[in-house]
Amino acid sequence: MADLIRCTAAETAAAIASGEVSAVEVAQAHLDRINAVDEKVHAFLHVDTDGALAAARSVDARRAAGEELGPLAGVPLALKDVFTTKGVPTTAGSKMLEGWRPPYDATLTRRLKEAGVVILGKTNMDEFAMGSSTENSAYGPTGNPWDLSRIPGGSGGGSAAALAAYEAPLAIGTDTGGSIRQPGAVTGTVGVKPTYGSVSRYGLIAFSSSLDQGGPCARTVLDAALLHEAIAGHDPMDSTSIDAPVPAVVAAARQADVKGMRVGVVKEFGGEGYQAGVMQRFHESVELLRSLGAEIVEISCPSFTYALPAYYLIAPSECSSNLARFDAMRYGLRVGDNGARSAEEVTALTREAGFGPEVKRRIMLGTYALSSGYYDAYYGSAQKVRTLITRDFDRAFGDVDVLISPTTPTTAFPIGERADDPMAMYLADLCTIPSNLAGNAAMSVPCGLAPEDNLPVGLQIIAPALADDRLYRVGAAVEAALNDKWGHPLLEEAPAL
Amino acid sequence: MSVIDLVPYEEALASYDPVMGLEVHVELGTKTKMFCGCATVPGAEPNSQVCPTCLGLPGSLPVVNAIGVESAIRIGLALNCEIAEWCRFARKNYFYPDMPKNFQTSQYDEPIAFNGYLDVELEDGEVFRVEIERAHMEEDTGKSTHVGGATGRIHGAEYSLLDYNRAGIPLIEIVTKPIVGAGDRAPEVARAYVAELRELIRALGVSEARMDMGQMRCDVNLSLMPKGADKFGTRSETKNVNSLRSVERAARFEIQRHAAVLNEGGKIVQETRHFHEDNGTTTSGRIKEEAEDYRYFPEPDLVPVAPAREWVEQLRGELPELPRLRRQRLQSEWGISAVEMQSALNAGAIDLILATIDAGAPADQARKWWLGELARRANEDGVELAELPITPAQVARVSALVAEGKLTDKLARQVIEGVLAGEGEPDEVVAKRGLAVVSDDSALGDAIDAALAAQPDVADKIRSGKFAAAGALVGAVMKATRGQADAARVKELIFEKLGVTPE
Amino acid sequence: MPGITREEVAHLARLSRLELKSEELDHFAEQLNDIVDAVARVSEIAAEDVPPTSHPLPLTNVMRADEVRPSLSPDEVLAAAPAAEEQRFRVPQILGED
Ligand SMILES: [Zn+2]
Repeated sequence: MADLIRCTAAETAAAIASGEVSAVEVAQAHLDRINAVDEKVHAFLHVDTDGALAAARSVDARRAAGEELGPLAGVPLALKDVFTTKGVPTTAGSKMLEGWRPPYDATLTRRLKEAGVVILGKTNMDEFAMGSSTENSAYGPTGNPWDLSRIPGGSGGGSAAALAAYEAPLAIGTDTGGSIRQPGAVTGTVGVKPTYGSVSRYGLIAFSSSLDQGGPCARTVLDAALLHEAIAGHDPMDSTSIDAPVPAVVAAARQADVKGMRVGVVKEFGGEGYQAGVMQRFHESVELLRSLGAEIVEISCPSFTYALPAYYLIAPSECSSNLARFDAMRYGLRVGDNGARSAEEVTALTREAGFGPEVKRRIMLGTYALSSGYYDAYYGSAQKVRTLITRDFDRAFGDVDVLISPTTPTTAFPIGERADDPMAMYLADLCTIPSNLAGNAAMSVPCGLAPEDNLPVGLQIIAPALADDRLYRVGAAVEAALNDKWGHPLLEEAPAL
Repeated sequence: MSVIDLVPYEEALASYDPVMGLEVHVELGTKTKMFCGCATVPGAEPNSQVCPTCLGLPGSLPVVNAIGVESAIRIGLALNCEIAEWCRFARKNYFYPDMPKNFQTSQYDEPIAFNGYLDVELEDGEVFRVEIERAHMEEDTGKSTHVGGATGRIHGAEYSLLDYNRAGIPLIEIVTKPIVGAGDRAPEVARAYVAELRELIRALGVSEARMDMGQMRCDVNLSLMPKGADKFGTRSETKNVNSLRSVERAARFEIQRHAAVLNEGGKIVQETRHFHEDNGTTTSGRIKEEAEDYRYFPEPDLVPVAPAREWVEQLRGELPELPRLRRQRLQSEWGISAVEMQSALNAGAIDLILATIDAGAPADQARKWWLGELARRANEDGVELAELPITPAQVARVSALVAEGKLTDKLARQVIEGVLAGEGEPDEVVAKRGLAVVSDDSALGDAIDAALAAQPDVADKIRSGKFAAAGALVGAVMKATRGQADAARVKELIFEKLGVTPE
Repeated sequence: MPGITREEVAHLARLSRLELKSEELDHFAEQLNDIVDAVARVSEIAAEDVPPTSHPLPLTNVMRADEVRPSLSPDEVLAAAPAAEEQRFRVPQILGED
């Protein structure tokens, strides 16, 4: 079998199922790769060597016993450190939870285990998923495998970097404002934010409950689809979980055909602030889709320009409440308990010491937006914008099957460039946020390198809620056509580590 | 704590009208918590009924208990409320160590039930209508134990210990509209309202509503306005007043305190106050530096509750007979006065009396035991009537033994004492203590002969027609038989022996 | 919209239980001001007649039966406690209502 770490998840699963290779060999190859390169990349916060090998052995044993294996059995995966894993450290990128070993598995973690997926470890992320660069991790930044001095996107930079560095063929991210799609775009990988409510949030450490959505990250659209089907589906432990069949995303990825589809180009995403090379690759993608038989329509969604401000009111508001539980009483960090201080003082000292600046900023912003006297002007207005954005989407999807845009306005920027300029940082999520506010489905798929910096550019595809399969049809068609054109997947152009 | 000279109650009411608001929290008796599947068994060992959700662990999520919602609707209907067609939960944000998420999942501007009323009956039978503002769903907090410090209270404690078994248990908060026009009967109305609400909750079977166990807790908000004024004064909020008597006392005390402050030209501070059972006073809580801002917003982890109208109507159709109407019916069935009925209610005796009647006792006997001997015992022991270790069936058996002539009232009281002391069933107590009535006439004959021989002068008086003098002889016989004789039978035998026929 | 003052940041920090350092107060005041300036735009299109959306899903009445599920063991509950005593969480003195 060829280089185990470069295989797709689909190939790896097939090789394990046929006995060509054992799950333990596959896991070991990836653990070796992590040992070799992660010091440079820093995609992982915790590598669970024993757990991974035990899971792999169990898959091999089941195969030996003649059991039928699932479509991802034995495939290694990098799990964003925002999902709880029973007995395995879970920090959400924060000092607040350093050393915490949860007493329970997230529903997503449980489903992965049940599918025989081998969880290699927990990946780096912006603290509590707040950020677009992974620089807000309390445990240091992750490097972008295309250029280690640049950011891998965020908040799920660790998961995307693990894929791009061949440390894992599959990864899990969470997307609150773009935290799966934007890292996918800047690392040349595939990232999908499923329809809100299709992947359980039980065990996902909440940033913004009404926006957070877990989803698959992979190097190919088909791999993402396989992972999507493994993790999606109704969960009675999550009241906001949709009780409906999961769209047939794997079939759609295999279909990879856009003939006759109506594709809308969002007029508002482009122009000032957008890197020329990003727009160039985007326009080429539009032409590509046209050449593949799609009908291209320009669509105006005027309220999208208000998405970013609405998001920066809603997400901080919810986070100010969600993060109140970190109070030094029941778990996690406790600072300053000298026997004389009150619980109130110890809580305030612990939160001061345990949260990084971005988290504090958002907690205070959210506290402000929810305060009496400001609620209507801020949180209340933001919720109205949410309605208007949803209406824009509804109108658009009355006309087209999917919408497309660049995933991010620019390619990966250098680590440190926007670190203390929150407003500049927030612009990275300009194109991705509307889908979180409306709760629909969206994907980022690689569409080339920006000529000026040779860094990956992502094409964003947006589909109506519960029509996630359309993302995979379009994404797989674009991927196949571009791979044909280039003669290889984009990621093969990344420099060796 | 500053000392204030209270204004005499009547004087306070001569110048001011009291306005009250009552907030009652009822802990539902569901099997599981409001938002998770943890059990709610009282008295379980600490932190043994706790899961990721009610411990507020990162990543955990709530799911609403259907019976919690159903109970809230039934309470709302029984309080003549409208039931929301669509309502949401909201987060009430504030930090407190007994609250694992540092927000309480509650309801804010969209309560499940609103705009109702409860008619309550005062001691003299007067009916007063208390308007209900709302009833909403929320969750309880954990329990803290304060360690160190002189009194074991929060103040001066060195540290605290937290048990989250109670965290997440469903609560229904019932809030009245301002109660105006009760005048000097305001404290009585407050008490009667809470008592009536308790009966209602019990009749619905949604909670045992034991105030002594914290299953029902009352906050008394009170303000005064000068007579003739139409603008409410500043109110005080007396928290956790946890018995019917305390509700009345707290309202009374606050009326007197407010009047004292206002009479001296002072201003009432809007503040939380604490009621002290021992001396019936209230004291000021901690003054907060800044006004609380709870930053309510719709709970994004839960979806709206939209009770179908058919369901609401079905629940309405299944409501039990409401306590006040039931009391009216029983009062006429038992042929007693409103005051007697009220005292049965206040004693928490109605269901016990009914159960005793069901077990075969005549109504008057059942009432007599529960409202007499047993009420006295409960009062002495400081427990609720229902907590006494005696069952209605046992009371009915004692009553039957008296009816059969096997026990006198006096002996019956000793049997009850035995049952309460854990000596077994009434018949066992009779046997063990040897309490059966001495009804063997020949055994009594000896004692009577002895009494007649000892007091010949009394015997002569009786013979001469002074029948009342027999009491002295009966007393002597009872003493000789250690009280186990039937006094009426003794008297008959004495007259028989002396050959007289009274009347 | 009024700007966020240093005092206001201090107030927000107290509400959020963050013991901010003096230099943080200044820094955050400046940044929060910029952010609030930018996000205040939402009111431009938030007309009276637009209903608010608090949640992307149109679901209602998601409830569970009142059936007991296993709790964690007390050991698991207390495993991550910074301090415990008598099977309870030990926390610093609570400045409460007394
Ligand atoms: Zn629980």
